[in-house]
Amino acid sequence: MSLTATARITAAPGGSLPVLESDGPLALRRTRTTGPDADARVTVVGAMSAPLGGDRLALEADVRDGARLLVDAAAATVALPGRTPAPAHYDVRLTVGEDAELRWLPEQLISAYGSELCMRTTVQLAATARLVLREEQILGRHGEEPGTLTTRLTVHRAGAPLLDQELRYGPGASVGWDGGAVLGGHRAVGQLLLVDPDMADKPAEPRLLGETAVLTPLAGPAVLVTALAADARLLRRVLDRALDDLTG
Amino acid sequence: MRRSALLVLADGRFPAGGHAHSGGAEAAVKAGRITDAAGLAAFCRGRLHTTGLTSAALAAAAALGHDPYELDRAADARTPSLALRSAARKLGRQMTRAARATWPCAELDALAAAFPRGTHQPVVLGLAARAAGLGPEDAAHCVVYETVSGPASAAVRLLSLDPFQATAVLARLAPEMDQVAERAAAAARQGIDHLPAASAPLLDIAAEQHAAWPVRLFAS
Amino acid sequence: MHLDHSHDGPSAVSADAHRPDGTRRALRVGLGGPVGSGKTATVAALCRALRDRLSIAVVTNDIYTREDAEFLLRNAVLPPERIQAVETGACPHTAIRDDISANLEAVEDLEDAVGPLDLILVESGGDNLTATFSKGLVDAQIFVIDVAGGDDIPRKGGPGVTTADLLVVNKTDLAPYVGSDLERMARDAKEQRGELPVVFTSLTGQDGVAPVADWIRARLADWAA
Repeated sequence: MSLTATARITAAPGGSLPVLESDGPLALRRTRTTGPDADARVTVVGAMSAPLGGDRLALEADVRDGARLLVDAAAATVALPGRTPAPAHYDVRLTVGEDAELRWLPEQLISAYGSELCMRTTVQLAATARLVLREEQILGRHGEEPGTLTTRLTVHRAGAPLLDQELRYGPGASVGWDGGAVLGGHRAVGQLLLVDPDMADKPAEPRLLGETAVLTPLAGPAVLVTALAADARLLRRVLDRALDDLTG
Repeated sequence: MRRSALLVLADGRFPAGGHAHSGGAEAAVKAGRITDAAGLAAFCRGRLHTTGLTSAALAAAAALGHDPYELDRAADARTPSLALRSAARKLGRQMTRAARATWPCAELDALAAAFPRGTHQPVVLGLAARAAGLGPEDAAHCVVYETVSGPASAAVRLLSLDPFQATAVLARLAPEMDQVAERAAAAARQGIDHLPAASAPLLDIAAEQHAAWPVRLFAS
Repeated sequence: MHLDHSHDGPSAVSADAHRPDGTRRALRVGLGGPVGSGKTATVAALCRALRDRLSIAVVTNDIYTREDAEFLLRNAVLPPERIQAVETGACPHTAIRDDISANLEAVEDLEDAVGPLDLILVESGGDNLTATFSKGLVDAQIFVIDVAGGDDIPRKGGPGVTTADLLVVNKTDLAPYVGSDLERMARDAKEQRGELPVVFTSLTGQDGVAPVADWIRARLADWAA
C-alpha cells in the first residue's frame, strides 16, 4: 500500500507554532531549543522508514515575518523499495518571510538498493529572510549499491532564482553519474546553503574545504558548500565544520 | 535544411575562445579521475547528462527567443561555482564578439549592449544560432557537442592521449548527445520554468580548486 | 535595451582603428618568437625605454598561466593594472592567430581601464618559427630570435622570420661564445625578408633595446598621422 501524507509547520514570531500537523510517517514534535539561534524548534520523528515506492509525502514549513524556526530530525530518512514499481515522491516546501530565519537541518537521506525516490525541495525567501539549509544524500546503506535518487533544490529569493540544482544518481539515472565529472566513486554528497542579506555588502570568497569540498558564493547574498565524501560520517564532519565557520 | 550554418557554429575552430578551456578536464586529469580513454568517456558522459543538458536547454531557450535577462538569472542559479560563472561570462563575451562579426544582427548588438561584461555562453550561443537562422535543436546540439569535445581535445593535450581514441569516445557518445539535445530543446519549448537544472558536484568542486592553482594550462 | 551603435559598427570589427566612441585606439604591436629568445626581456626593456613619453600596456599569452605577466610585475616595468595575462589552453599561437577573441577582450579591457593608451604590446608565449599574429589583433609584429638559438635560423625562414614587420636578432653579446656568425645571419635575413628591417640587440648593454624602441616610435608616428 502506498500512502499520501502532508505534514505542516507554521512558525510565528516569539516562538509560537500556530500550525503543527503530523501526517502518516511524518510525525512532528515540538522540542526544546538548544541555543539562541531559533525561537522554536521542531523535530521530525520518523515513525516509519518511509518513503516507500509509490508514496507521496510532503512537508511544508512556513516561517512568518519575524519568526525564527529550527527544524531537525531524530533519524535519517531511508528510501526503500515499495510493493509497486512506481517511484516515491517527497516534496519539501519552505517559505521564509521578511526578517524571518529558518534553519533546516534534517538528517541524511539514504537511498537503499532497489528504491526509487524523487525528492523536491522548493524554498521561497523574502528579500530579508535568512536561511541555513543542509541536504545530505547517502547512496546505499553500508556496503550496498544505491537505489535511484533524484533530488532537486530550487531556491527563490525575492521572486528571483537564487539556486537551482538537480542531482541524479543510481542505476535509474543517466549513465555517467559515477564518473569523474559527477561523483568519482564517492557515496555521500552534501550541500549546505546559507542565505544572509548581510552578505550583499561583503560577498564571500570561494574557499577550498579539503580535497572534495568547496564553499562558493552564489550570485546573490548566499554561499553554498558542496561536499563529497566516502561515507555519511565523513561528510557530516565537513559540513559541521563549515556550518560552525559560517554561523559560529 | 540548415546544416552548413550549424557546422560553422559548432566548428571547434569557431573563434570564440573555447580552445583555452578544458571543460573541467585539466582538474580531473590532475586529480587522477581521467587517466585514459575510458576515464575520458566516463567524464564526458557525466558532463553531458548534467551541465551539458542544463546548458543545452539554456541555449535552446535563447534560440527560441526567451528573454536573455531571465535566462541569465536562470543560468546563474544553475551555476553555483563562481569560477564557472566567471568562465561562462568570459566565454559568453568572446562568443558575442565572434557571433556579431559572423552573423551581424540587431539582436546580438542588443545583447552586447545589455551585458557588456558578457552573459552565460550558452545564452549567447542560442542567440547566435538564431542569428544564423538555426533553431533550438541546433543550438542544443551545438552545446552538447562542445560539452564533450572540449574535454576530449584538452585530454589529448594534457595526457598525450591518442587523438583517434579521443575522437572514438566522441563518436560513441553521439547517440546520447542526440538524446540530450532533444530533451533540452523539448524542455526549452515548455518555458523558462521548465528548464532542467542537472548538476555535477565534482565539476563545481574541481572548478574552484582549478581556479586557485597558481600555474595551469587552461583557463577552466 | 538600446542599440548604441549599428550592427556593422566599430566594436564588432576586431581590426578597426577606432574605439566605439570614435577616438583612435592604441597601436597594437605583437612580439613573437621561439622560447628563450628574449621576448619578455625585450618587452620589459621597451616599457622602460618608452613609458616616460607614452601610455603603455602589455598583454601576455603564456603557455603556463601568468608566468610572463608575473615576470613583468616582479620587475615593475609597469603598474600591475597595465599588464594583463591571457590564458591560452597550452596553445599560445592559437590565441594570437586562429582565435584572437580573448586577446581582443584583453586589449579592449586595458583601454577601458587605464586608457587612453598610445601603445599595447601583445607578447606571445614562446612558440615555434611558424607563429605569427593575426592582423585582426595587431597592427605590426616583431619576431624575436637570438644568436644562441643557432645562426641558421634566418636561413631556415618560416612565417615569423620572413613576414614579421621587424626581425630582432637578440643576445648579440653571446655570439662569440656560441660561435654564431652575425654577418651571415644578417645576409640570410636580407635574403629571406627583402626590404623588411632587421635589427641586432644586446639587452645587457646600455640602452640595448634602442633599435627596437626607435622602430616602434616610427610606427607610432605613422599610426597617429
